[in-house]
Amino acid sequence: MPSIWQILDFPAVKWLFLVLALVMPLASLLTWAERRQSAMMQDRLGPNRANIGPIKLKGILHFVADALKMIFKEDFIPANVHKGLFALAPVLALAPVLIAFAIIPFGPTIYPHHALTVLHPGELAIDPNAPAFADAIRLQIFSVDYGLIFYFAVLTLANYGGTIAGWASYNKWALLGGLRSSSQMMSYEVAMGLSLMGAFLVTGTLEPGAIVEHGASASLPAANPFNWLWLWQPVGLVLFFTAAIAETKRAPFDIPEGEPEIIGYFVEYSGIRWGMFFLAEFIEIVFISAVIASVFFGGWQVPFLDADGFRISSLGWALYLPHIVVVLLQFGAFGLKVVLLCMFQLLIRWTLPRFRADQLMNLGWKLLLPLSLANIMVTALIKLIFMGS
Amino acid sequence: MSAAHHEEETVTEGPKVLATRGRVRTVQVVRPNPHDTSFLAATATGLGITLKHFARNLFLPLRSAKSRAKAGAPVDESWKNEIETVQYPDEKVTYPERFRGLHRLTLREDGAVRCVACMCCPTVCPAHCITIVPEESNSKSIEKRPAIFEIDELRCVVCGLCVEACPCDAIRMDTGVHAHPVEDRADAIENRESLLGRGVRSIAHQGGEGPDWRATAAEKSPSGDVNR
Ligand code: SF4
Ligand code: SF4
Repeated sequence: MPSIWQILDFPAVKWLFLVLALVMPLASLLTWAERRQSAMMQDRLGPNRANIGPIKLKGILHFVADALKMIFKEDFIPANVHKGLFALAPVLALAPVLIAFAIIPFGPTIYPHHALTVLHPGELAIDPNAPAFADAIRLQIFSVDYGLIFYFAVLTLANYGGTIAGWASYNKWALLGGLRSSSQMMSYEVAMGLSLMGAFLVTGTLEPGAIVEHGASASLPAANPFNWLWLWQPVGLVLFFTAAIAETKRAPFDIPEGEPEIIGYFVEYSGIRWGMFFLAEFIEIVFISAVIASVFFGGWQVPFLDADGFRISSLGWALYLPHIVVVLLQFGAFGLKVVLLCMFQLLIRWTLPRFRADQLMNLGWKLLLPLSLANIMVTALIKLIFMGS
Repeated sequence: MSAAHHEEETVTEGPKVLATRGRVRTVQVVRPNPHDTSFLAATATGLGITLKHFARNLFLPLRSAKSRAKAGAPVDESWKNEIETVQYPDEKVTYPERFRGLHRLTLREDGAVRCVACMCCPTVCPAHCITIVPEESNSKSIEKRPAIFEIDELRCVVCGLCVEACPCDAIRMDTGVHAHPVEDRADAIENRESLLGRGVRSIAHQGGEGPDWRATAAEKSPSGDVNR
């Protein structure tokens, strides 16, 4: 008979709680936040009127209205489409993003029997099998040392969603959109993978959980913001961010979709099928933010918060906190980082105009790729010279 | 001479010419440098601008519609945001005085419809949306009045020509109301009653109480047929 903690540590249960109950609502909220933020950037108000009776919440309920609208809209399937592939494409676009979340460390490991007492890291090192540390819940669904590679592999599948949607739609414009989608992915995925290799060289691991737990250098505490990779891999951060935005297929890289005029691969989709593409895009934004937060901004680390409380060693100052408070703070910090990065992506999306296809190829192949290679070389050289191995 | 001059001009506008041999020109090709093609500086500037607007609009209080509508009102704009949205059903902007709203038919001093069914407005209306069926009026000095006066507000292009054409200030567009949303096209047709319902008396002076036109007409026509 497994205990409640063991059930909670089961990957499917964690996925249910973390991805379905946390990420999905956040992504749907983003659809509202995007319209609201873009409006405010353009001196407008944006959607602020949806309400249930007197409950208005500044229009947050718009996402409920949107969901209802999409579910009840006619699910129109045009003549001559390939029925099977047409139905498969939105699933192919949505599922990989939901799977890729498995590698994201949402928070620290929770020791339920230690919740109300201060957890000294020393104790854990002495006897990790002590009863107080039993039933640990790791807030990461799938921790393997090829974590980031797994993410690249799985998210590449999402690209088939767009391409197959374009193919199955029996529409020239949709087909061209699918074509643009795959050509764009091709030019960015290489640079995206290579731009993270610098981080791999610095930390020696591709497991986001381990990157968060140890930071860039062993000589500094992992909770020190200067030990996070943004300082150690600034070029890698910019390159990865650029490539990742291209991956989400949003402006300035929305060549595959081009909602306003060069209609994209989902032009024949309507109702909830279209909604799945839409949601996949927003979940991808959350995912990219989660990856960047984990790899470059210390994930769930709160500045100067160790497992037993706040500590600034240079001042000899410490404030001890019970384990549960630390966990909540760190979990909240991860959420905050993700939300801020999402908002930054929205800011980019509503600031920059779309690139032309040739500019996009130039940027991908002639700038991002060589720069990421140079980044790897420089990182490797520095590591060789200063760290000696 | 002038042709050569013209050619020179076009050359100076184009790329820089390095050498000319006969009709062959060697021009300098300007290639964008990586700084320009990476768009980094421009991106940073743009993000700064949008972020400034976003932060200002997010944190500073909303300007009230009243202060926006009243031009020249002393409003402290420096600590207000820049949002221009008017939240329509709650806030309304007062329309300018000459705003062309829904039509109305004006009344005479005695409360009767002022229109004399002269057919000027349906004739001038570019959208052919005015339908008038005249009938004989019972007034001593006025020949006709409209029995049916309909304006199809869906077809109306709000040009205001009907108002310009009216010789006796009987039709006006000064209501300040715009066309209501309707669920049926037929509901968008304004009839005599609804047009009159928006009517108030015209301030214009309409003719005088002249001699009885029927008597005058009968006098002029030997047959006495007033309807000829
Ligand atoms: S405003 Fe113009 S279009 Fe409308 S009824 Fe008058 S003349 Fe016709
Ligand atoms: S122009 Fe004036 S008087 Fe003549 S029919 Fe139209 S509303 Fe009546």
